Amino acid sequence: MTKRIFIPRDAAAVACGADDVAKRFALLAEQAKIDVEIVRNGSRGMLWLEPLVEIEDQGKRYAFGPIAPADVDGLVAELSQGAAAAGIKTSKALGLTEEIPFFKRQTRLTFARCGITDPVSLADYKAHGGYEGLAKALALEPSGIIDEVKKSGLRGRGGAGFPTGIKWQTVHDARADQKYIVCNADEGDSGTFADRMIMEGDPFVLIEGMTIAGIAVGATRGYIYLRSEYPHAATALNEAIDAAKAAGYLGQTVCGSSHAFELEVRLGAGAYVCGEETSLLESLEGKRGLVRAKPPLPAHEGLFGKPTIINNVLSLAAVPFILAEGAQAYADFGMGRSRGTMPIQLAGNIKQGGLFEVAFGITLGELVEDVGGGTASGRPIKAVQVGGPLGAYFPQDLFDTPFDYEAFTARDGLIGHGGIVVFDHTVDMARQARFAFDFCAIESCGKCTPCRIGAIRGRETMDKIMGGQDRDKNLDLVADLCNTMKFGSLCALGGFTPYPVMSALTHFPDDFGRARKLPAAAE
Amino acid sequence: MPRHDAWNESETLAIVSRHAHREGPLLPILHEVQETFGCVPEAAVPVIAQALNLSRAEVHGCVTFYHDFRDAPAGHYVLKVCRAEACQAMGCESLVKKAEDRIGVACGETTPDGRVTLEAVYCLGLCATAPSAMFDGRLIGRLDVEKLEAILGEAGA
Ligand SMILES: Cc1cc2nc3c(=O)[nH]c(=O)nc-3n(C[C@H](O)[C@H](O)[C@H](O)COP(=O)(O)O)c2cc1C
Ligand code: SF4
Ligand code: FES
Ligand code: FES
Repeated sequence: MTKRIFIPRDAAAVACGADDVAKRFALLAEQAKIDVEIVRNGSRGMLWLEPLVEIEDQGKRYAFGPIAPADVDGLVAELSQGAAAAGIKTSKALGLTEEIPFFKRQTRLTFARCGITDPVSLADYKAHGGYEGLAKALALEPSGIIDEVKKSGLRGRGGAGFPTGIKWQTVHDARADQKYIVCNADEGDSGTFADRMIMEGDPFVLIEGMTIAGIAVGATRGYIYLRSEYPHAATALNEAIDAAKAAGYLGQTVCGSSHAFELEVRLGAGAYVCGEETSLLESLEGKRGLVRAKPPLPAHEGLFGKPTIINNVLSLAAVPFILAEGAQAYADFGMGRSRGTMPIQLAGNIKQGGLFEVAFGITLGELVEDVGGGTASGRPIKAVQVGGPLGAYFPQDLFDTPFDYEAFTARDGLIGHGGIVVFDHTVDMARQARFAFDFCAIESCGKCTPCRIGAIRGRETMDKIMGGQDRDKNLDLVADLCNTMKFGSLCALGGFTPYPVMSALTHFPDDFGRARKLPAAAE
Repeated sequence: MPRHDAWNESETLAIVSRHAHREGPLLPILHEVQETFGCVPEAAVPVIAQALNLSRAEVHGCVTFYHDFRDAPAGHYVLKVCRAEACQAMGCESLVKKAEDRIGVACGETTPDGRVTLEAVYCLGLCATAPSAMFDGRLIGRLDVEKLEAILGEAGA
């Protein structure tokens, strides 16, 4: 009987050698005359174990990792001697994939299929519950679909946390000859890769989510604006779109219904600010990515001036589950006003980095220390940055913060797109503050002064502080600049750069050559 | 061996006409022009502008806005090292320094013999297997001194 071997095509696995592992496996298996089928799946998300190879045995999958091409020889030798997957003796054996604690602790709703199926096989997608959400949606009135999304409590996963159902309602209510669904797949935040993983590991779920959105608001065209740094995701998406088209899930009559929906992938060109929704729309129109003033909202006047839903990949990819299983099944997870699950990304100096989908409410400390296992370097943690380059740095004192939109806001932070970057005690927080200004200066679209000029002034001032020049005066100037940027910038690039800067300064004053101002009791 | 065609107007116009029917065709056109010629040269700007009925300033503004587009071809090999936060946490800065010392040019520059361009990139989405790089279009995770030496050796630098 053919044995199925799973070796991810995920870019992170490939960056760690998965293609070479797959090639070697195919070659050695052929030489040993063992009958194997190599499936290039998505990643299971345990990225410290990539390339993670799985061998299927009587319907169960056994994991081995991280596997180098040289490790393949041993695996194939054992298989050719008839060893059962469970019995293969190697230090790389990890047992049943689904029993690995990092995997077992998760609640995978959006990522339910990622790593399990062949990402570009429509048959596999359907065999694992795919397109059940669309079937439900087609049986509902558009307003019924929107009600489900509202009831689920889903909020935008791109960062701002705006209720998705309300955005959809606005576009639904707008009158126009053409409406659009735009997927924001620009994922520029350092420390984030969930969009990439789902697009590479289960692209159909995004396609299905966008199709449902199109039917709900009467939009017949969709674009996925994908950052150019993600060529593997582009390939997977295009293969999946072709398969969906060929099977009638996209096109003039979606599943034989009266709804039309066409979908296309468009590549960005390396501008971080194009993740901002109005800049993204300008870019899609073929212009410089200058941020637009709001109003008008994209929901009223978006792409080419037409009513447009613009949602993050994860927001759209959550929709098929919500339709298939019901809004309540999604809303049952979470805390407060943060309903459902969040695919959290553990990155940077962390022992067990990867994707961890879990209900809102888990604390930062549990994520970083229990799930992530602390630092990769083995040194103590000094700071974690949550929510990308515009997110705050948190010290260990704040590790009791639950992962929840409001809880992070209350502590002058943000969850953003759910990325957590861990730094050990060798990090110099003044340097990180300088980098925040530097990044803003490099990526500013240039439309407004507080951001364009403020970031450059901030970088210069940090250089002076780091050089020991008039520290106190210059630190006051940094605080002042941050205030101007926070309240005077048109978009969150300039407006949120103060988060990393001020959090670094507030929580780690020693690194800035300033004594702690906190009362002794708080130490 | 040059990797790209020398710029010429007729190929540029062919590219434009392949995309002209699309909504918002400029970015796809610029991407294909760069893939074909290795850059979007000054000379291409008026040609594209005229074919799309745009002003030169609009096309020029677009080309210069995006980090991806170059006005002159890069070196034969391009090494992009990620310098964003997750990679910083894993020591990318010392690797950038190492690469600079080894090839003798600063990040953002090309070696005088045109072999290698060293560039910064801000996140490749490989932040859990940092530090990350892209060499000659190939992704590299868990970059360390050894892998860096091997890459630069491959580039003949
Ligand atoms: C500078 C900047 C960069 C952004 N980058 C992204 C991004 O890469 N992906 C994303 O989904 N949203 C990004 N956003 C947020 C978007 O503007 C917008 O809120 C989001 O696409 C809305 O979708 P959602 O409601 O599904 O989150 C960015 C915002 C700013 C200010
Ligand atoms: S804050 Fe910066 S990026 Fe945003 S609109 Fe102003 S200049 Fe552009
Ligand atoms: S628009 Fe020019 S500085 Fe504000
Ligand atoms: S920060 Fe370097 S790959 Fe994301």
